[in-house]
Amino acid sequence: MTNNKLKLTAQIFRSLYRIRRIEEKITQVYPMDKIKSPVHLSIGQEAVSVGVCEALEPQDVVFGTYRGHAMYLAKGGDLKSMIAELYGKVTGCAKGKGGSMHLIDKDHGVMGTSAIVGTTLPVSVGYALGLRYRESDAIVASFFGDGAVDEGAFHEGINFAALKKVPIIFICENNEYAIHSHHLRRRLADNMCERVRSYGIHARRIDNADVFKIYRFVKKYSMLIRSGQIGPVFIECMTARWREHVGPNEDFDFGYRTRGDIEHCVKNDQVQRLRCLLPGPVADRIIGEVETEIEEAFQFAEDSPFPDGVELFNDLFREA
Amino acid sequence: MHRVLSYPDAIREALDQEMSRDDSVLVMGQGVDDHKRILGTTRGLLEKFGPQRVFDTPLAEDGMTGVAIGAAMAGLRPIHSHIRMDFVLLAMNQLVNMAAKMSHMYSGALCVPMVVRSLIGKSWGQGAQHSQSIYPMLMNVPGLKIVAPTTPYDAKGALIQAIRDNNPVLMIEHRLLYYQRGYVPEESYTIPFGKGRVLAEGTDVTLVGVSHMAIECLRAHRYLREVGIRAEVIDPVSLNPLDMDCIFKSATKTGKLIVVDNAWTPCGAGAEIIARIAENRMLSAIECRRMGFAFVPCPTTPTLEALFYPSAHKIATEAYAMLRPGSPAWEPTTRLDVEEVEFKGPF
Ligand SMILES: Cc1ncc(C[n+]2csc(CCOP(=O)(O)OP(=O)(O)O)c2C)c(N)n1
Ligand SMILES: [Mg+2]
Repeated sequence: MTNNKLKLTAQIFRSLYRIRRIEEKITQVYPMDKIKSPVHLSIGQEAVSVGVCEALEPQDVVFGTYRGHAMYLAKGGDLKSMIAELYGKVTGCAKGKGGSMHLIDKDHGVMGTSAIVGTTLPVSVGYALGLRYRESDAIVASFFGDGAVDEGAFHEGINFAALKKVPIIFICENNEYAIHSHHLRRRLADNMCERVRSYGIHARRIDNADVFKIYRFVKKYSMLIRSGQIGPVFIECMTARWREHVGPNEDFDFGYRTRGDIEHCVKNDQVQRLRCLLPGPVADRIIGEVETEIEEAFQFAEDSPFPDGVELFNDLFREA
Repeated sequence: MHRVLSYPDAIREALDQEMSRDDSVLVMGQGVDDHKRILGTTRGLLEKFGPQRVFDTPLAEDGMTGVAIGAAMAGLRPIHSHIRMDFVLLAMNQLVNMAAKMSHMYSGALCVPMVVRSLIGKSWGQGAQHSQSIYPMLMNVPGLKIVAPTTPYDAKGALIQAIRDNNPVLMIEHRLLYYQRGYVPEESYTIPFGKGRVLAEGTDVTLVGVSHMAIECLRAHRYLREVGIRAEVIDPVSLNPLDMDCIFKSATKTGKLIVVDNAWTPCGAGAEIIARIAENRMLSAIECRRMGFAFVPCPTTPTLEALFYPSAHKIATEAYAMLRPGSPAWEPTTRLDVEEVEFKGPF
């Protein structure tokens, strides 16, 4: 491996491993009822957020969904603030008012995560319109699930994005399910990219959530978008959610899917794949650092206070 | 022996009986046929009535509401369910611009016999977008009926009434009411819309509670009894039409009225009820208060969430202050035996 390649691999591994372990830690803590907030985990899907965000620049911004831990962390969102937010503490990124489904870290370009499917899509298009208007060199990465593609707001949003050639990359994390509903129970054909192309948007599907393929795609097209050579692009990342829709457990015993259905993704687990690509000592060092960081973040959340009552009425409006 | 059912089982039984009785009744919506079956309320229906009558939909609330409206115009009786009322906001266009208008705008040429079921979320960090209760917005729309049953008995009767009604009916089911159990007759029956229910009798103050807030009012009734205050608790059951006579009668007797909305107070059920009292000269002596959600989006953290919602504790404290204005402030000590409310019925 060349030095550059090694550096990149190590960087991507760190992000993947860190997100995996943070969410695994959440599953361990969850039964203790310290996190009184629904959690929608990305375990198994980390490569999408990591592949995209590693290819972005710090000034770029992301919009996402309630399944947003991975995106928030991959973009550089503060870990301590995230865990404290899950614990409902005043040191959380939304002072405990938002919880797991509403993460925010503007300093790192995380523009919020919404619990209403499809809502951030047009909003992210509007943000991209604003960036272009101000001649910013930042671009937008807009994350959503396969369920969002059912919504009118998706089609209205991407149509306008294409029309105005705004600087945005759409990322569909296709884990094939909206809650328990398989995507082919909600649409006639598995042709999402084809439909998106009909709006005049370049679209590509990436199988098995290959983190390098996602990274390279975003690297290449973000440059073209940033320099104004092309308008929006779309990637459909095929992936799988390893846990239940919401909550810390697995859900292979309810009849809607089997463990076998996600086997190809488990075999292609990008966390393990990158770990094996790295020299042992490099991987071990990263693992050690990440574990310490996670322990500290959970301790921080434990030690932080809950917000005062006055916080309930604060920030309803932005004061002049 | 009076048969006891849970609130979701009462709903399930209503659906089952109406689907058996009338093959124009359909159940549609996200998750109606998955293993969770809308918290059990659609359990067994797919197996019994098949996928033509029980089907999942894409995530397209407004479009699917339009589909339900069209199917209703064609003579079917669709029941469209939303696992959170927040998602009804996406369907406002079809619901308000189409469903609510059809009968009147075409002078009776068309009608839309459909039911929209919606669940209100609460607690465990549901947060700003999964806890909303938007019936006040919809009470402001002519042409839509709205029911918010509190007891399992009323849940079954109201749903059957809603299915048989020739107009769009919004049925509101609070998530926490799903733990309620109570008397539910086996046979099919309806409860009339526009008839409130006295859940507890009293002479000193009238507490009107919408949906789950009726339970909080019942708890408050128990706390108040311990300090010698007799509160009458009224469940309006349907919000449009609204049974003002029932409330007038009680408030005239007690002279004091607190309306507890399961929503934000501005322009809510409390605002409407108290406005109607204010418009009636005969009732000008009645002292009125509104309670409801704090006028901010719902926070997730438990400490702020507790401040956000009205509770039995807050209602009892408010009622006490209203009744004994001169005396030192009092508040109840929270007790589990008081908080446990089960509907024994029969009504
Ligand atoms: C407008 C709207 N409708 C329904 C829901 C309920 N809901 C929450 S998550 C979800 C599934 C969304 O699936 P997808 O977009 O594929 O995202 P995933 O959960 O798979 O990441 C649904 C239907 C919602 N939150 N918002
Ligand atoms: Mg999905």
